[in-house]
Amino acid sequence: MLKIFEIIMSNAVEFHEVWKKFKKGEKFDSLRDSIPNFFKNLIHKNRSLPLSGQEFWAVKNVNFDIPKGSVVGIMGPNGAGKSTILKLLSRIMNPTKGQMTMNGRLSALIEVTAGFHPELTGRENVYLNGTILGMKSKEIDRKFDEIVAFSEVEDFIDTPVKHYSSGMYSRLGFSVAAHMDPEILIVDEVLSVGDIAFQSKCAQKMRELLGCGATILLVSHQISLIQSLCKRVILLHHGELIKDGPTDEVIPYYQNITFKKNEEDFKHKVKTEQGKVKVKQDLLIEITSVTMYSKDLRPKEEFAVGEDFEIKIDYNAKQEILDPIIIIDIIRSDSVLCCSLNSKESPTALGKISGQASIKVIFQDFNLAPGIYLVKVAFWEKDMIHPYVVHSNDVMRITAGQKNTVTNAIFLPKVDWLVGPSCPALTVVRHSRESGNPKQN
Amino acid sequence: MIQALKELIKYRDLFYMLTLRDIRIRYKQAVMGFLWAIFMPIVAVAAGILIKQAMASVSGHSVEVLGIVSISVKVLPWTFFISSIRFAVQSLVGNSNLVTKIYFPRAVLPLASIAACLFDLAISSVVLIVILCFVHLGVSIYILWTPVILIFLILFTTGLGLALAAANLFFRDIKYVVEIILMFGIFFTPVFYDADTFGRFRTFMLLNPMGSILEAFNHVIVLKQAPDLHWLIYAGVTSVVIFCIGMLIFHSKEQLFAENI
Repeated sequence: MLKIFEIIMSNAVEFHEVWKKFKKGEKFDSLRDSIPNFFKNLIHKNRSLPLSGQEFWAVKNVNFDIPKGSVVGIMGPNGAGKSTILKLLSRIMNPTKGQMTMNGRLSALIEVTAGFHPELTGRENVYLNGTILGMKSKEIDRKFDEIVAFSEVEDFIDTPVKHYSSGMYSRLGFSVAAHMDPEILIVDEVLSVGDIAFQSKCAQKMRELLGCGATILLVSHQISLIQSLCKRVILLHHGELIKDGPTDEVIPYYQNITFKKNEEDFKHKVKTEQGKVKVKQDLLIEITSVTMYSKDLRPKEEFAVGEDFEIKIDYNAKQEILDPIIIIDIIRSDSVLCCSLNSKESPTALGKISGQASIKVIFQDFNLAPGIYLVKVAFWEKDMIHPYVVHSNDVMRITAGQKNTVTNAIFLPKVDWLVGPSCPALTVVRHSRESGNPKQN
Repeated sequence: MIQALKELIKYRDLFYMLTLRDIRIRYKQAVMGFLWAIFMPIVAVAAGILIKQAMASVSGHSVEVLGIVSISVKVLPWTFFISSIRFAVQSLVGNSNLVTKIYFPRAVLPLASIAACLFDLAISSVVLIVILCFVHLGVSIYILWTPVILIFLILFTTGLGLALAAANLFFRDIKYVVEIILMFGIFFTPVFYDADTFGRFRTFMLLNPMGSILEAFNHVIVLKQAPDLHWLIYAGVTSVVIFCIGMLIFHSKEQLFAENI
């Protein structure tokens, strides 16, 4: 008893070895199957039976404590188990195994309009939705004007909500939910409601809640939002807790996971596209492999930003070819051509090539931003009229390393920031960087 | 179960709001509005009179006013019963977006739909009382039994409604079974006739708790007699037992609702 009391005092939320099992496919059990199962369960009384058939673990052995008053982010790629954890937290579902302790009045900013009924007016829905979310009628009486003012639908409050625009609908839902006084608040990507003015109001409201000492669990894919609000992040992947720690430490892990997933998708896409272009036969020259090496000559696919690397192209020319042109394109996963190299620019001409041989290209100060890139190598005829062969199924990944850089930009230049009251050098530096030619500096 | 009841009490505002919602949406955009609450009883009474007439012409008796009054008094609790069960069975599945997304004691949903039917019963009772005043039925001291019988009726309906609502969530077959039973139930329950008509088989009619409840209503309101105490106690005990069983079934399966709906 004392132990339980201690837990309640210190932590708002406690997850202890929580597991949750789900079933794939159609949930429907026929009576013929479910009656024997029912008796089986009665006898065993053990809900942690091994997985059978279509079952899978959506949450696997998750442990965490959240002290009162802290703001914690929950991140993870799709299917990581975030929503399941939220549903367990809000007691919509019970865990298959493990213990959950919760202390305090909980409210969830998830599906804020779920309680609305389209036939009822805005006013009636405020009361209905408010009580569904756990408020008392008197509490709503007190806050009614505030709720309506916040939602900016004053003029339509006595109109049935079925006539509302979707924006008005969700604004009203959000403002009802936002006017509870929860001790534990769960927020799931709802801050993207309404126009910019309304969003800033929402952010303001969130900060108010932060100020009054509520425990907040924030689920979002928006790294910047998590960074600005949370000091701690819990990272989930495939139902498991991968990392739990300070925000700046965990976010690079999250980025790596999402990159890896992107890379797999991209590789799959590249492979399927390769399959389609197998029409050309009797190639004069064949690219047997394209390999990427790091500086220490280890072949690898993953490089840090700014890391030097080499690309080795092995080919087999069945005939003698005079002065072919090699083009190496590096293309980002969203088809942006990031750089294109042409062997014509090389001071050493290729001359005649024949038989099996290889070519090596050395890259230095290659500051592409983190992401997944396709390396496309092509041999062209010397007049660039038609290609002999195009090889595009090699993928390289550039990671942010431990540096926390989130960007959609193509490359990350190396710059020096000179800050001063009147610093003449500052303008010069900026100019030279923008022209993309660092040697001028 | 005590805890479940405590939680329900904590959420009484939600119960009230959901009842209000169910009443409102039933009559919104309906020109006749609350008149619909008495429409079904009127049709049922009309059917009852027709049957009485048929039975009377076969047996050679004439239709008594008291017989018609008795039908109207029994039709109201019966319509309350069938519409409650009908709405309660659908209440969880029909609000699946709430069940899967927000936490609250789920029993509030079937309870609210039964309460909304109770509201209809109140309206139609007012209309019936006015009519009975015109007929000069008069009252006796025994009418004080009415609230007790009403409580039995509500407990029985609620217990059955909760159990069936939970069952329908797992097996949608339930709503078809229920629909069939409700449709023909009126023939197996002494609504259009008295249990006494059957002589020896009276016991079978009254073993159905609805039968003994309806008979008790008839005794205290129309016949102005004391209710048959044995059968009233039987109805009371079964109602309480059914209510408890319904609550227990509902409560024990409540946690599985969200993932099985």
